[in-house]
Amino acid sequence: MLTELEELRTKALAELSRIDNLSELEKWRVRYLGRKGALTSVLRGLGSLPIEDRRSAGATANDIKALLEAELQRKEQGLREKELVAVLEQTRIDVSLPGYPVPLGRLHPTTRTLREICDIFVSMGFQIVEGPEVEWDYYNFEALNIPKDHPARDMWATFWLDTESGDRSRLLRTHTSPMQIRLMETVRPPIRALMPGRVYRYEATDATHESMFYQVEGLAVDQGITMSDLKGTLFEFARRLFGEGRKARFRCDYFPFVEPGVEMAIDCFICQGAGCRLCGNTGWIEILGAGMVHPEVLRRVNYDPDIYTGFAFGMGVERIPMLRYGIDDIRLFYGNDLRFLKQF
Amino acid sequence: MKVPLSWLREYVSISQPLKELAGKLTMSGTEVKGIEVTGKDWDKICVGQITAVEPHPNADRLKLATVDYGTGQSTVVCGDLSIQVGDKVPFARLGAQLVDGHTGALTSLKPARIRGVVSEGMACSEKELGLSERHERVMKLAADSPVGVPLADHLGDAVLDLEVTPNRPDCLSVMGVAREVAAHLRQEMKLPEPSYAEEGSPIEGLVSVEIADPDLCRRYCASLIEGVRIGPSPAWLQHRLAACGMRPINNIVDATNYVMLEYGQPLHAFDFRQIGGGKIIVRRASEGEIITSLDGVDRVLNPEMLAIADSKIPVAIAGVMGGADSEVIDITTSVLLESANFNPVSIRRTSSDLKLRSEASIRFERGISPELTMPALKRATQLILKLAGGKAARGIVDVYPGKREAETILFHTSWVKRLLGTDLQREQIVEILAYLGFDCQQANSSETLQVVVPYWRVDVSRAADLVEELARIIGYDYIPTTMLGSQLPRQQIDPVLAFREELRDLLVGCGFQEVINYSMNSRERLEGTVPIEKAVRLANPLSTEQEYLRTSLRPGLLGLLKVNQKYEDAGIKFFEIGKVFFARGDDLPEEREFLVGIASGPRVPQSWFGDNSLLDFFDAKGAVEAVLGRLGMEPAFEPATEEGLYPGRVARIMIGQSPVGVVAEVHPGVAKRFDLLPQPVAIFELELESLLNCAKLRGRYRPVSRFPRSVRDIAIIVDVATPAVRIVEIIREFSLVTQVTLFDLYMGEQVPLGKKSLAFRVAYQSVDHTLTEGELESVEQEILVRLSEQLGATLRA
Repeated sequence: MLTELEELRTKALAELSRIDNLSELEKWRVRYLGRKGALTSVLRGLGSLPIEDRRSAGATANDIKALLEAELQRKEQGLREKELVAVLEQTRIDVSLPGYPVPLGRLHPTTRTLREICDIFVSMGFQIVEGPEVEWDYYNFEALNIPKDHPARDMWATFWLDTESGDRSRLLRTHTSPMQIRLMETVRPPIRALMPGRVYRYEATDATHESMFYQVEGLAVDQGITMSDLKGTLFEFARRLFGEGRKARFRCDYFPFVEPGVEMAIDCFICQGAGCRLCGNTGWIEILGAGMVHPEVLRRVNYDPDIYTGFAFGMGVERIPMLRYGIDDIRLFYGNDLRFLKQF
Repeated sequence: MKVPLSWLREYVSISQPLKELAGKLTMSGTEVKGIEVTGKDWDKICVGQITAVEPHPNADRLKLATVDYGTGQSTVVCGDLSIQVGDKVPFARLGAQLVDGHTGALTSLKPARIRGVVSEGMACSEKELGLSERHERVMKLAADSPVGVPLADHLGDAVLDLEVTPNRPDCLSVMGVAREVAAHLRQEMKLPEPSYAEEGSPIEGLVSVEIADPDLCRRYCASLIEGVRIGPSPAWLQHRLAACGMRPINNIVDATNYVMLEYGQPLHAFDFRQIGGGKIIVRRASEGEIITSLDGVDRVLNPEMLAIADSKIPVAIAGVMGGADSEVIDITTSVLLESANFNPVSIRRTSSDLKLRSEASIRFERGISPELTMPALKRATQLILKLAGGKAARGIVDVYPGKREAETILFHTSWVKRLLGTDLQREQIVEILAYLGFDCQQANSSETLQVVVPYWRVDVSRAADLVEELARIIGYDYIPTTMLGSQLPRQQIDPVLAFREELRDLLVGCGFQEVINYSMNSRERLEGTVPIEKAVRLANPLSTEQEYLRTSLRPGLLGLLKVNQKYEDAGIKFFEIGKVFFARGDDLPEEREFLVGIASGPRVPQSWFGDNSLLDFFDAKGAVEAVLGRLGMEPAFEPATEEGLYPGRVARIMIGQSPVGVVAEVHPGVAKRFDLLPQPVAIFELELESLLNCAKLRGRYRPVSRFPRSVRDIAIIVDVATPAVRIVEIIREFSLVTQVTLFDLYMGEQVPLGKKSLAFRVAYQSVDHTLTEGELESVEQEILVRLSEQLGATLRA
């Protein structure tokens, strides 16, 4: 009996080692470990053995059964792994195929720039205020110290609303400055406000002129505000928008609603101040106009200019991405060609 | 304003580099746009004198000229037969850079053999020196030009091109600019002293002036010069006028223009014989009065315009342009010289109504001082006597009804710190202001100055103006930089700001590209898509394409679709947030802000995995659902109709009882009018304000159940016309239902004609227990009963 068991063991293990697939393995299991399998029938025969042999034969048979089951499990695991590897191999893909498109839109470059500008000033305590795009002459000009028939009006070519009477009291705002008046009429100092929006100019369009563009107006009014605060605020803005190394400067300029009036420029990106085409050989690029709120403007909104002072500034928005990305034609912004918009 | 450096040097001595000077002017408000240097290429060119002229041995049309150039003599071939011994000419030696008379290119002068004669050098034309286009003659220099001196030293110059701001009419003159330079260089200006002998008869008996409308003319001064000889001006004067961009005409007119450029005071010379009665009347024109202006155009005047008239007819449009009849011409012998001051508003209106801007009107409309008339008149009279001879009448007519005291400002020096954030010494203040022409007197306290404003500074009238004067001369670099230290205002944030940006981000996330269109559009485009009756028209549109303020964002987006379909193979999804405008009578138009999205073309770009479906209504609706869902709103969609949209494919977007917009496909007829590709154009439109009002009503949190969820499918058959949403609404009425998803829509053989089958996946869940089979069965039965009762629905077998 023991010999018989020994042979069974050797044979079974030899056969098992030759098996290379799961169905053969199942057959092998049935043959040796199944209910009608070789080992089972040996065990069934144990009863016929003399009692003294029965125990040792039984123990041996159980050892073999345990051994075969363990081997079976090991073999099965091995075969399953091999099979999976084969399946994986067969389901290989071409990873160079393009991915399924996830269409993402983009913000208009003007929106992105406006957000950037607003974020900087909001962090300095400015509040955003908006107003109408169609304005009264009063807010756009008169209250800003630009009376009718003033030659300074030439600085703002204006679209007028059509009226039967030919009345010219309503216009498309030529700048965001009327918001200075609207705001000061509704609140008392302290004021720290930022007023972005669309503005319009009655101008033939070309690479540097548009009939519609965006501006951002700033206004701060309180007791004790000086031009050094204006300089600090705007230089900080320039540092954050254009980067640490950029130089900024003020020069005298004229806007009827500020006194003193200045223009802020930064040193040229391209030539670093040496002079090139972009900066018209001056080394400086004009960014915005600013100044101390004109006493007459304060008086107009019943702020006492002997008590309050303030500063105001206004800048074109498109100019910033134009400089940054080297965009040489402002008309691209509102032409909305996807080939342009997709680059931002 | 163009200002030659050589002219500036008559009033100030300038030793610093030109660039530095230009920088100072720019920084202090008079921007130097450009500097044109003449003579920078005139190396090896000097003043020469012709010492001999002989005929060319081999050519009739050439001469041989011997030129003395100081350090030697040279014989050159010359094509100008008019040259004479003694002429002073620009002489170029070999190696000089000259403009080629034919090609215009700068070339180096080489020895040349012309018709057998070697020419070593050249007597140059103006063109060859780059001075003008004149090439037919050798340039003749003034007789007193020093032989041998480099031409650049003799004739070279630099012309500053200045951008003068509208507040500074004084800088529309060489003297005004010189004053700026003098202040920067801390110099006293050398002023011209216009004096001349008055050898004629007293002017009173010859000329009378009457100002009938003193509101439009504050001062009128006139002088009379008799016996003048009209001719061309000398070269120096012609060159100066040309350098300043003015055309030389004759010695009289050139003298008036020269003085205008010098002083900034426009002058006018009349042929005195044409002034009827020797009488000048400054009066409003009468209605329909006609004058032929100097440019030969007949101008119809009206009583808004000021005329200079003689005893009968207008002889000039005051401050704008003279009349042709009294123009100074070759046979003129007596000149009446006008130097007057006119109302700037009136001049501006007149020149704008007549569409006639002149050097004079540009200066008058900016408001120059009436004090300027007299010195300018004297200067011009002096110059005319010098250039054209004659005798000046004794005295000057001066009618001055608009005289005012000089402006004085009580200036508290603390204003400097108050506006600039930094102090200046009192001495510094007085010094700077004095160099600019302001007279500072001690007032009642040591911190206060009595400042008299010089007459030419019409832009200065208050303390802030003086502070600017100080700031621009010390330079803005002197001002420190500080951050705002004042109290922060109370924050009052407009909720639409954040809401709008959230919408933008959501739409970008949904695959929509943001665009920004013009606010103006054409009548045709607006009419084709939306009712136009309340549209606002511009009085002066740039073109008919931009004649109206838009009443809808739709036409703009459809137009963009057209523009971009040419280049884009993939589907196009655009959105815009912007204002539309509706007329409100005489008030400002109503401005309403809309969000419009548009989608058309392949749903996914043509690809290797294949999906050839097209974007349609449900893409637009899906975007609306996604965006509004994300904002916590549950929109309902009601069938609707609207002009310009596809009948049967339009839904009004409702939040509760409020309509907030529309989702639709564009009417194919409209799409065709925009010349779009023949495919669906889906569109949605939301009004920001109504949407924002609904967004404020965000719902409350719903507890999340810990108990298992059961999912059962249910397929029902209803009439084709029954909206799917009705079934969903009914199923949702059951409290155990947490989700209803339509997953199949079928119409065809398997269901009766006129019916459709809809299959829903319904999720059930309780917040407090695990649902049993029995409970689920009975809820489902109740659902079926209710669907059957309300919609006549049956369960699909």
